Amino acid sequence: MELFINQVLAGIATGAIYACMALAVVMIYQAIDHLNFAQGEMAMFSTFIAWQLMQWGVPYWWAFLLTLAFAFAGGILIERLLFKPLAKAPVLTNVAGFIALFAIVNSVAGLVWDFTIKPFPTPFGSAPFLGSQLISTHQAGMIGVTVGLLILLYLFFQFTRIGLAMRAAASLPESARLVGINTSWMIALGWGMAAAIGSIAGILIAPVVFLEPNMMGGVLIYGFAAAVLGGLTSPLGAVVGGFLVGVFENLAGTYIPEIGNELKLPIALALIITVLVLKPAGLFGRPIVKRV
Amino acid sequence: MSAVDEVANDAPPVEAVPKRAMTLGTGASLVMLALLIIGPMFVKNFIVFQLTMLLIYALAVLALNILTGGSGQFSLGQSAFYAVGAYTSAILMEHFGVNYVLTLPVAGLICFGFGFLFGQPALRLSGIYLALATFALAVAMPQLLKLGVFEHWTGGVQGLVVTKPDAPFGLPISQDRWLYYFTLTVAIGIYIASVNLLKSRSGRAFMAIRDNEIAASAMGVDVALYKTLAFGVSAGITGVAGGLGAIAVQFVAPDSYTINLAIALFLGMVVGGVGWLPGSIVGSAFIIFVPNIAEGISKGLSGAVFGVLLFLVIFLVPHGARQVAMVAQHMLGKLRKG
Repeated sequence: MELFINQVLAGIATGAIYACMALAVVMIYQAIDHLNFAQGEMAMFSTFIAWQLMQWGVPYWWAFLLTLAFAFAGGILIERLLFKPLAKAPVLTNVAGFIALFAIVNSVAGLVWDFTIKPFPTPFGSAPFLGSQLISTHQAGMIGVTVGLLILLYLFFQFTRIGLAMRAAASLPESARLVGINTSWMIALGWGMAAAIGSIAGILIAPVVFLEPNMMGGVLIYGFAAAVLGGLTSPLGAVVGGFLVGVFENLAGTYIPEIGNELKLPIALALIITVLVLKPAGLFGRPIVKRV
Repeated sequence: MSAVDEVANDAPPVEAVPKRAMTLGTGASLVMLALLIIGPMFVKNFIVFQLTMLLIYALAVLALNILTGGSGQFSLGQSAFYAVGAYTSAILMEHFGVNYVLTLPVAGLICFGFGFLFGQPALRLSGIYLALATFALAVAMPQLLKLGVFEHWTGGVQGLVVTKPDAPFGLPISQDRWLYYFTLTVAIGIYIASVNLLKSRSGRAFMAIRDNEIAASAMGVDVALYKTLAFGVSAGITGVAGGLGAIAVQFVAPDSYTINLAIALFLGMVVGGVGWLPGSIVGSAFIIFVPNIAEGISKGLSGAVFGVLLFLVIFLVPHGARQVAMVAQHMLGKLRKG
């Protein structure tokens, strides 16, 4: 029983990483109806910016805020320059665009900061949390930030004018345009917010997985799995899905001997396929209704 | 934000390509064929090998084109089918001593079955969801191939070495050249079969599903059957390409068939023009040669150069090689008249 509880705790700790990433994935999906395959790379790039600022002697929280601003502006810029012209293009073209963006960001980061693994500081320290060996204060902090972020997003979308406008633009673009909402800029705003959330995820994840251009590869796939499990249309679902994927992954690795460490990734992927087939809308998402 | 409704995306998943625009005219086909036959006679063995790979990837891109351009379904998981085909050929040749020619139909059949089965769950998915599910398949494949259970057959992480076949009947040509012409023969056969498939009743059913699934089913097209069939045919052709690839490279290993291969095939299709079968060879050339060119321009930034080139293609020629070919044809027509 103790093993079980320990593994669940450890799962929640890793789940926080996936939850963060899944939140960014869902944000962009809400805004543009696409999965951004370059999301992880954008987060990685922002994390490198934060690292660089700290190397130049900027204090942690200032670097954090500057990186957020950079990611937000960067997200909007990418949308305006590269993806706005593709808004009416087939899904296929958009996916190719995401792949191109992935290649560019990954390669530029590798050139500027090279591929050596770098340690990344954490503001929460890494002592055991409340005497537990499994969760460090950093991981506890990560869970706290993820949940805090979720609450902030909820408040933003429910109680601010601009949040309402974004929701309107996402659900019924044409009607939203008729009542005077600039839907095109709402999409750009969605990109900016997704990039900013991604950068928070990157900064939180980096102390755990270490900083390098390929650090997001696996995390993004788990983030997708979490987003799909929770429902691609629900931020709450994304966070819950993230924790569930983390716990599930850990328990499967512990109790099914054949799985071990090697098959953890296929497990996440099998989860994606199972959820997509059995309940495509996910746990909290809304089913898709198609008009004939 | 739970109040947010589903977004109704106006953009179609795949652009509709009329049937006539999917193939080349007879004249252009013959010129292309002559080039493919005569070209390799005058170049070095290494280039012949590269041309063989060009044909093999072209086959794999063609397979994806039938799936996406024909029936409108996505796949980012073609590398999985390619891997299954390659391993089938390699295992049959090395463990059972089967002749390499005979391994290809087996690889094709096994992949057809695999694709047909995978098509069943894929039935319930469309657009980005299908892309995600196939993406998961492609990422999982190398890990599955490394499994200890299959190690006796697959050679685990080490992979398998495949012997390169000699030219038969004592023909005085090198192994590489023989393999090229062998691949070319297979490729032409599959190309003709694919063109005929798309022109047939089944092909029309594919396209009806691509253009409007609901309308297609109202007209009596068995949507579930034809969608899984498209998956099976596409996987089968990819499997043959994988088998040929294993023979040409003389080596199979789990890490040769990562998600990168699937992405490359996908990009090949986009660059070649979705739904335009002859474009497959252009797309294949793009994924084989452009990374080399990118590396030549800047070693450290090869990924970025590749990405920028891809964006250029997306923005300047969104219909890929098909668009270039159409413009060229138009210009030729003008010249003739003037």
